Amino acid sequence: MELLLQQVLAGLANGAIYALMALAVVMIYQAIDHLNFAQGEMATFSTFIAWQVIAWGQPYWLAFAIAVTVSFLGGIVIDRILFRPIHNAPILGQLVAFIALFSILNSVDGEIWNFTIKTFPTPFGREPLFGLRLISTHEAGMIGVTAVILGLLYLFFRGSRLGLAMRAAAANPDSARLVGIRVGWMIALGWGMSAAIGAVGGMLIAPVVFLEPNMMLGVLLYGFTGAVLGGLSSPGGAVAGGFAVGVIENLAGTFIPYFGRDLKLTIALVLITAVLLVRPSGVFGRTVVSRV
Amino acid sequence: MEQNRRQLLIAIGLGGTALLIPGGARAEKKYDVGASDTEIKIGNTGPYSGPASSYSTIWKCEAAFFRMINAQGGINGRKINFLSYDDAYSPPKTVEQVRKLVESDEVLFLFNTAGTPTNTAIHKYMNAKKVPHLLLATGATKWGDPEHFPWTIGFQPNYQSEGQIYASYILEKHPGGKIGVLYQNDDYGKDYVKGLKDGLGAKAKSMIVMEAPYETTDPTVDSQMVNLKSSGADIFYNVTISKFAAQVIRKAAEIGWKPVHILNNVATSVGITLKPAGLENSKGILSTFWYKDPTDPTWKDDAGYKQWLAFMDKDYPEGDKTDNINAYAYCAAQTLVQVLKQCGDDLTRANLMKQVANLHDLELPMLLPGIKVNTSPTNFYPIKQMQMARFDGERWVLFGPVITGEVSG
Amino acid sequence: MTMPSREATEPLGTARRAAAISRPGARYLSIGAAIAVALVLPSVATNFVIFQLTLVMVYGLAILGLNLLTGFNGQFSLGHSAFYGIGAYTTAILMDKIDLAYYWTLPCSGAVCFLVGVVFGLPALRLQGLYLALASFALAAALPQILKFQPLEPLTGGVQGIVLIKPDAPAGLPLNPDQWLYYFTLAVLLVMLAGAANLVNSRTGRALMAIRDHPIAAAAMGINTALYKTLTFGLSALYTGIAGTLGAIAVQFVAPDSFTFFLSISFLVGLVIGGVASIPGCLVGGLFVLYVPNLAERVSTGLAGAIYGCIMLLVIFVMPSGAAGLVRFARTFATARPAR
Repeated sequence: MELLLQQVLAGLANGAIYALMALAVVMIYQAIDHLNFAQGEMATFSTFIAWQVIAWGQPYWLAFAIAVTVSFLGGIVIDRILFRPIHNAPILGQLVAFIALFSILNSVDGEIWNFTIKTFPTPFGREPLFGLRLISTHEAGMIGVTAVILGLLYLFFRGSRLGLAMRAAAANPDSARLVGIRVGWMIALGWGMSAAIGAVGGMLIAPVVFLEPNMMLGVLLYGFTGAVLGGLSSPGGAVAGGFAVGVIENLAGTFIPYFGRDLKLTIALVLITAVLLVRPSGVFGRTVVSRV
Repeated sequence: MEQNRRQLLIAIGLGGTALLIPGGARAEKKYDVGASDTEIKIGNTGPYSGPASSYSTIWKCEAAFFRMINAQGGINGRKINFLSYDDAYSPPKTVEQVRKLVESDEVLFLFNTAGTPTNTAIHKYMNAKKVPHLLLATGATKWGDPEHFPWTIGFQPNYQSEGQIYASYILEKHPGGKIGVLYQNDDYGKDYVKGLKDGLGAKAKSMIVMEAPYETTDPTVDSQMVNLKSSGADIFYNVTISKFAAQVIRKAAEIGWKPVHILNNVATSVGITLKPAGLENSKGILSTFWYKDPTDPTWKDDAGYKQWLAFMDKDYPEGDKTDNINAYAYCAAQTLVQVLKQCGDDLTRANLMKQVANLHDLELPMLLPGIKVNTSPTNFYPIKQMQMARFDGERWVLFGPVITGEVSG
Repeated sequence: MTMPSREATEPLGTARRAAAISRPGARYLSIGAAIAVALVLPSVATNFVIFQLTLVMVYGLAILGLNLLTGFNGQFSLGHSAFYGIGAYTTAILMDKIDLAYYWTLPCSGAVCFLVGVVFGLPALRLQGLYLALASFALAAALPQILKFQPLEPLTGGVQGIVLIKPDAPAGLPLNPDQWLYYFTLAVLLVMLAGAANLVNSRTGRALMAIRDHPIAAAAMGINTALYKTLTFGLSALYTGIAGTLGAIAVQFVAPDSFTFFLSISFLVGLVIGGVASIPGCLVGGLFVLYVPNLAERVSTGLAGAIYGCIMLLVIFVMPSGAAGLVRFARTFATARPAR
């Protein structure tokens, strides 16, 4: 029983990582209808910036603020310079542009900061939570921050004019333009927000997995999985999906006899695919009804 | 072919002249493709990108070393031309790059190529083409097989011997213990586990209570650690590389698990692995060494260490001096230089293999005292000796005798 | 300055129309020329270049498989590295364990991959767009782990992989193994290319494209979308699987970590660069995927990935529809009549 509890909590802690990534992925998806392959690398780059600021002797919160701001602006710049010119290109072409961005960022990270792992500080400390050795304060902090960001996003999208405008631009760009919404800038804003969330995610993940250029490789895989599982149209779903992926994988690895240990990833993916077959738009996703 | 013939003519001409020089009786120069009066072309592949890219410092360090040698006049007057290509640790890419090196760039031989599956992919090819495949950067056991693969020779103590050394230690000090194993799910990890099991012999089945693999794409190994702790193991055989090793050491402390912790030699770097993991958390960890760890203050005034440090400062300043893998690279490069020196003016591939199998008690500045490089036509394991060490919270403290690893092959 | 009169331009127009009629002739001519060049190359190129070109053909074939599914049928797959790997391993296991001749492994691995493709395609019917992409991605990500699975080790060789021997040319032919394999691969490629071209230009092909462009309309017109989509999955897997077979023989080695999802991404890049829904474009894609990373590395070992990415971006910016799109554009441009 204790093992079950520990694995579930460990799964939730990992899941918080995946959930943050999934959230950033869904944010972009909502804005531009594409999966951003380079999401992880953008987050890594942001975290490296923060690390560099700290290495230059500045306090953590300053580095945090700088990284988030730079990422926000960077996201907008990438959208305006890179994706606006090709937004009429075929979908697959745009996808390859994302792959290119991935490749560029990964390579640049390695060249500037080399491939050895670096420690990254956490504002939450690493003590066992409440003295129990179940999860650490940092891991609890991750889960907390994910919930807070989700809450803020909810308030933003549901309760503010700008949020409404963004939703309109994503749902029906042509009609949105007709009512005066600057769709192009809404998309750029979506990019900026996604990059910023990714940066926060990266800075929370790095203390756990250590900072290095390939840090996000595995995380992105699980992040996508979580996002798709939860439904690409639902930020809350994506977060839930991320947590679910973390827990499922841990439980599969622990409790499924014979296969579980060696085929952890495979089993998790099989389960998720199975869920998709039952709910083809993700658990919480909205089924898009297309008109003939 | 054309180049060969021309060089042969030059060689004969020069050889004739050389006969006039006293002591030049055996100075007839013989070259195979890739060698000439002025240059020795060496090929190499390794992961400069992708998941294993943290090792790329090895070849950067070696390239710096060869630049230093060239600045000092080269070897017997010849400069080293070191061509190192990225294979992203992907065997098909390795095959392509190696074929390029051998057939297009026409190197004399390959040196310190990285990885087990990647080297497996070119193993047969190198031997079929009769191109020396020297001092591989992998500890897999199968490289020391002169009978079937006379052109391939490894370098470092192989993983299975290391595993057996740990097994002997466990049987001696903790005969009743329960062992939990965490290993990377690839050739390197499995080779280590095999070594442990072989060393434990009949007791392997009863002593090993859990084997937990992980993939390099796993973000964390927390789940495996929780499982290992709950399996009741009190000895932990840790076969992970730097990033995961650091995570594991820290996680063990976090979940309050304090087994006898045996760490594989690949992940022992104080600066790269133990510091991020937490030096306090790393106290008591056991491992083996065959070269000097640069962060160990014991070597502060050691001549060999000072030599290495001078090299790092001058020729490879961007290299991390707390990363002991740069000491590894230094040893490998020096071994090669010794082989090339022994070749003299006979830079044929056959002679290269002859000389690489002709190293007797070679001492290198960064090898631990008592450990020497030894090869013979029947012994293709250049380094077989290791010494155990324990981390005391600050540095690795060597203990026990220098042990020679037995290889079951 | 007077505008040229209608009568003056008319004769030119007729000539142009006449030229357009003989366009199929021009097409066959260019295909013939390409084949002739391909046949002659091994006698002038070094073994290494022949090896590289063989790999270009292999990747081109794999990309063609992906093209059939994604380009012509609109089903998004990120899992083709799995089919490639399954084809490669089928061949390796057959050649290694039962000493089956390499040419017999082709139909075997084709059949296995077709089955796997159909089995995967059936449930995939329920998934659209990115959800399908993820499901296929799951397959690609899971394959290395399955191949390393301990109980399967006696069959798959586990993490050590399986080493293969390159076949010699059949007795009598003065070709070395590299050249022979080049011609063998070329022959297989031409057959598969012809098959794909035939399929695409037939009723079935039009049905596939209808499903891609307007699935609901296609269903309304009586096309059995489920059947076609599933079969296309199988066929696509077959093509990529056969590419995997040829690749395994060329490289002479299979190992689980040779077939990660990064390979799928390479195929996708090749598909886009070559031109989606273009059959000859696949070879351009293959050329790109093999040679451009090498080019990037030559410029700078450390920033090779960045340079590769920049080149990719450049291509997307300049020719968003890939090489084939560029050719189409050039052709349209060349035959465009001046506006009156």
